[in-house]
Amino acid sequence: MSSNSFSYNEQSGGGEAAELGQEATSTISPSGAFGLFSSDLKKNEDLKQMLESNKDSAKLDAMKRIVGMIAKGKNASELFPAVVKNVASKNIEIKKLVYVYLVRYAEEQQDLALLSISTFQRALKDPNQLIRASALRVLSSIRVPIIVPIMMLAIKEASADLSPYVRKNAAHAIQKLYSLDPEQKEMLIEVIEKLLKDKSTLVAGSVVMAFEEVCPDRIDLIHKNYRKLCNLLVDVEEWGQVVIIHMLTRYARTQFVSPWKEGDELEDNEKNFYESDDDQKEKTDKRKKPYTMDPDHRLLIRNTKPLLQSRNAAVVMAVAQLYWHISPKSEAGIISKSLVRLLRSNREVQYIVLQNIATMSIQRKGMFEPYLKSFYVRSTDPTMIKTLKLEILTNLANEANISTLLREFQTYVKSQDKQFAAATIQTIGRCATNILEVTDTCLNGLVCLLSNRDEIVVAESVVVIKKLLQMQPAQHGEIIKHMAKLLDSITVPVARASILWLIGENCERVPKIAPDVLRKMAKSFTSEDDLVKLQILNLGAKLYLTNSKQTKLLTQYILNLGKYDQNYDIRDRTRFIRQLIVPNEKSGALSKYAKKIFLAQKPAPLLESPFKDRDHFQLGTLSHTLNVKATGYLELSNWPEVAPDPSVRNVEVIELAKEWTPAGKAKQENSAKKFYSESEEEEDSSDSSSDSESESGSESGEQGQSGEEGDSSEDSSEDSSSEQDSESGRDSGQENKRTAKRNSKAKGKSDSEDGEKENEKSKTSDSSSAESSSIEDSSSDSESESESESESESRRVTKEKEKKTKQDRTPVAKDVSLLDLDDFNPVSTPVALPPPALSPSLMADLEGLNLSTSSSVISENIY
Amino acid sequence: MKMIHSLFLINCSGDIFLEKHWKSVVSQSVCDYFFEAQEKAADVENVPPVISTPHHYLISIYRDKLFFVSVIQTEVPPLFVIEFLHRVADTFQDYFGECSEAAIKDNVVIVYELLEEMLDNGFPLATESNILKELIKPPTILRSVVNSITGSSNVGDTLPTGQLSNIPWRRAGVKYTNNEAYFDVIEEIDAIIDKSGSTVFAEIQGVIDACIKLSGMPDLSLSFMNPRLLDDVSFHPCIRFKRWESERVLSFIPPDGNFRLISYRVSSQNLVAIPVYVKHSISFKENSSCGRFDITIGPKQNMGKTIEGITVTVHMPKVVLNMNLTPTQGSYTFDPVTKVLTWDVGKITPQKLPSLKGLVNLQSGAPKPEENPSLNIQFKIQQLAISGLKVNRLDMYGEKYKPFKGVKYVTKAGKFQVRT
Repeated sequence: MSSNSFSYNEQSGGGEAAELGQEATSTISPSGAFGLFSSDLKKNEDLKQMLESNKDSAKLDAMKRIVGMIAKGKNASELFPAVVKNVASKNIEIKKLVYVYLVRYAEEQQDLALLSISTFQRALKDPNQLIRASALRVLSSIRVPIIVPIMMLAIKEASADLSPYVRKNAAHAIQKLYSLDPEQKEMLIEVIEKLLKDKSTLVAGSVVMAFEEVCPDRIDLIHKNYRKLCNLLVDVEEWGQVVIIHMLTRYARTQFVSPWKEGDELEDNEKNFYESDDDQKEKTDKRKKPYTMDPDHRLLIRNTKPLLQSRNAAVVMAVAQLYWHISPKSEAGIISKSLVRLLRSNREVQYIVLQNIATMSIQRKGMFEPYLKSFYVRSTDPTMIKTLKLEILTNLANEANISTLLREFQTYVKSQDKQFAAATIQTIGRCATNILEVTDTCLNGLVCLLSNRDEIVVAESVVVIKKLLQMQPAQHGEIIKHMAKLLDSITVPVARASILWLIGENCERVPKIAPDVLRKMAKSFTSEDDLVKLQILNLGAKLYLTNSKQTKLLTQYILNLGKYDQNYDIRDRTRFIRQLIVPNEKSGALSKYAKKIFLAQKPAPLLESPFKDRDHFQLGTLSHTLNVKATGYLELSNWPEVAPDPSVRNVEVIELAKEWTPAGKAKQENSAKKFYSESEEEEDSSDSSSDSESESGSESGEQGQSGEEGDSSEDSSEDSSSEQDSESGRDSGQENKRTAKRNSKAKGKSDSEDGEKENEKSKTSDSSSAESSSIEDSSSDSESESESESESESRRVTKEKEKKTKQDRTPVAKDVSLLDLDDFNPVSTPVALPPPALSPSLMADLEGLNLSTSSSVISENIY
Repeated sequence: MKMIHSLFLINCSGDIFLEKHWKSVVSQSVCDYFFEAQEKAADVENVPPVISTPHHYLISIYRDKLFFVSVIQTEVPPLFVIEFLHRVADTFQDYFGECSEAAIKDNVVIVYELLEEMLDNGFPLATESNILKELIKPPTILRSVVNSITGSSNVGDTLPTGQLSNIPWRRAGVKYTNNEAYFDVIEEIDAIIDKSGSTVFAEIQGVIDACIKLSGMPDLSLSFMNPRLLDDVSFHPCIRFKRWESERVLSFIPPDGNFRLISYRVSSQNLVAIPVYVKHSISFKENSSCGRFDITIGPKQNMGKTIEGITVTVHMPKVVLNMNLTPTQGSYTFDPVTKVLTWDVGKITPQKLPSLKGLVNLQSGAPKPEENPSLNIQFKIQQLAISGLKVNRLDMYGEKYKPFKGVKYVTKAGKFQVRT
């Protein structure tokens, strides 16, 4: 065996090409004639030898093959000792691949994994920030409980690292350590608290992520950082934006009072959103309710708005849900345009976005009405997208657009995708119940469909017609007769059951047909589906009670059949009905009321959207998509009760409204802006070449502002003192930081020199050019920063522009309604045709079709 | 939010050919739930993107005949995961030229290195192509030869400066001898045309794709003659929102290489010009096993430009067995299995309009199809942005050299459907 493998190695050691070829063949046929085990063993032996060779290229090849094994899900754990030796390799690629291996197998080989720890500890002190970061990444990914203290220490140190990139990785490491050992929670919260204060956009997303994971309930940690997060948001990377926005949504719901006025919902539903928008605002302004929005609340809403234009669908959805959950209802309208834009994306994004729109469109139709046509179905859409679009179209249907929609639906009903056609029929039914004006039109249309050649379509129509007729008592004898005839041809059990139920319910209106139907059914009873059998029993019972002369014998015959049926539900029902309707000595008091019981007025079924109550889940979440509470779902709290509870507000004043005073909103806004931008610059400059002057400048500005506040606001006298305390605390903290920075500046220089040396080995010219460009980089950035400041003023201009565009839009809305009116006539006429009788040839066609069950189930009518 | 736990790549025949775990290992058997859903859905397009299993949630995307199935353990915005998975697929595409099983298997080490960099503990770390390319060099034939001789590697040994700067999308130290900036304005017309030829729904969706090869740190601003046309815009992160809001100017420091600058929608108030019309007569005879098929395409509102690259795709009803057609121009194919008719027309010459006529053979005895199939049309018009959007000028700040600039306009059919 050993000699065998040795010779193999000799062979392969010669040329790498042969090696690779070996690997390729072995992947193609892993289970060769000689069996898995021997060849695997052999190969691994060979890999071990390669790892132990002193040539980097051999090691690299071995590692590449091992990674290939891991990728395929093969077990490579026995190579652990051989691999772990290479953790200190000088070759970066080998090192990286060893890291990949370690992270995968360390959990299984804890003792051996410890061998690698010291390497990481050394790397954590490396002058190169990238090496520090990756060492931390790997160290924290090794799920070995014994090193928890080492990890904790590493995280603490990294969280104070000069490089924001290392700090970002520290934030990630927090979550890893927490899932490894939840006992560390308290210590980790301290680190989170520290990192939350970080002003780098790089860190913000990751630390909020850690916050959500470790201590989402410690909302108090956010207070002081709330505004900073709001202001940084635009510059945070996209993934971080999503996390921060979701967190801030929850935060806002606990800290601010509801901006939703009472009766808002009614208005929303009844009026066209866009037309009423401006009026509404004015009105509320005039009424001047006690509610005024907290400026911080406003800040969040304002600063998230530009993100609606992100290319990242997740960011857009995050902002949309924020607007939905925390903005005044009159402002939420702006999200619809962006959401509709996302519908152009791939099918997965469409699916999620449409689901969310479906939920929204139930509550606030107006938001999406202008985009009605964007939800029109294409024959190439996947079925799941089609049905969601249909759902939304149904929600948006109203008196004005129903005729256009019905015409559109006519195309859908004919679709080759029968599942979709069936869904369309249900939709028509829902429109008919929701919009009384078109109930008759829809009903007639559905009756037309009864002569369709597709059985699924017919069956679905029957079920929906049944529901509609139930809502509209009487005067539909014709339709019922028509449907009774269908019993000869239609085979779908739900449809048959529906027809029987209808005839039973209306047996007094079709006195001639009902007994005949019962006769036919008695004949076919044994071969019917259970669902149909139950309805035959019901029909029999109802006829027995109303027309016992003609049907007594028939019913008894059916009851006898039912008594010996194989299904116990049917036997049970039979026994029950017999006791109830057939008088005998044992029959109880209930028999007297049998007719009342069977032929009572039954409430019409409500045809509701499956998305009706989904909005109790935060939009855009997994729970919303599944309509089930997912593990780890964080509940969105209700708005706190209105003003009366002053303590909540006071807390906010202390914690949040440092620079905010009730008076002079606009001015305050500006000052707040300045403050943050300055601090941002401070961060920037200190990053590149720390400039202590600008820092102290901004600090004095800060204090000046707090002093201003003390002057202007009377009620915050006690607050301000405590504020100053905290301020000074922070100052001293910054002081420390600064000194630390100074100390490390020198160190940093030497670091970079080291790094350069390393670089010089491979590429000589690169490093200098990189340096110069990075300087340019920072300067150009501060420029852009100041630019953006001046632009903030121009926002008002753009607001006006927006208004203009809104005004532009209104006449168009009128246009649309005009179009609708035009549409109304041609559509309503064909639909309103009297129900045609079924031609025998069509019926013959129908008979030829296969039996298949349709999706809906009748649950409302047991009797 | 623990985000993405594991990722499985699955091909169309249901083989799991790659797995990657960012936390503890999740057994492959979790994919059984996915296969179950796939079976139920019958059609790959209909596999639900989100599946709930007893212990995990599976969020998947379908791209280029591959399923990317991610395993999630706790609440997370589904779009977050979906968007990320697409970004992964985009990156593969970018690196290997195609996102296929073969390409991924051939480059499994690079794939692994990429996945390692893109996600840390299930949270996205580096997703910008510019940064990734600094960390991990894409494979090229030349490089692989060089590597095998010199023993150097694909892994970048310098710091990705972009990641650490305030412009995370641009790599530092870019140098070109020819400095060029190209912009492609590509507009697509989405439309539904009804039987009678009137437009049920039409809108224009556009993108501006850029190919920027400029040295140093150029700061560009791109302005339009008629920016008001852009009703709804989404931006690459490099664009400064505020400049756009106040001045309607796109101001940005571009990433290096190819990227999508903006996507936009032209407001639906504007009437959309429909460049082609289709005359059609498709009929199936009652109680007979044949039908007639006759379509003609002609130009309409084409702004005097030639319409080219026309393709008509029709999903014929299931009962159609075969088609005997004669095109006056181009060639057609009919796939009797998928029932898809494709007619490759080419360009329209107004003197002689292209048409496709002939007989349709139906399965005998089957009822005639309820609905006529709808026609999906593809076309292309060079040097025209159908919305009328025009780039005004491109200015560059921050660098001294004079770049070569170019703008190209193309209009295409997007989801362009004619109901018959």
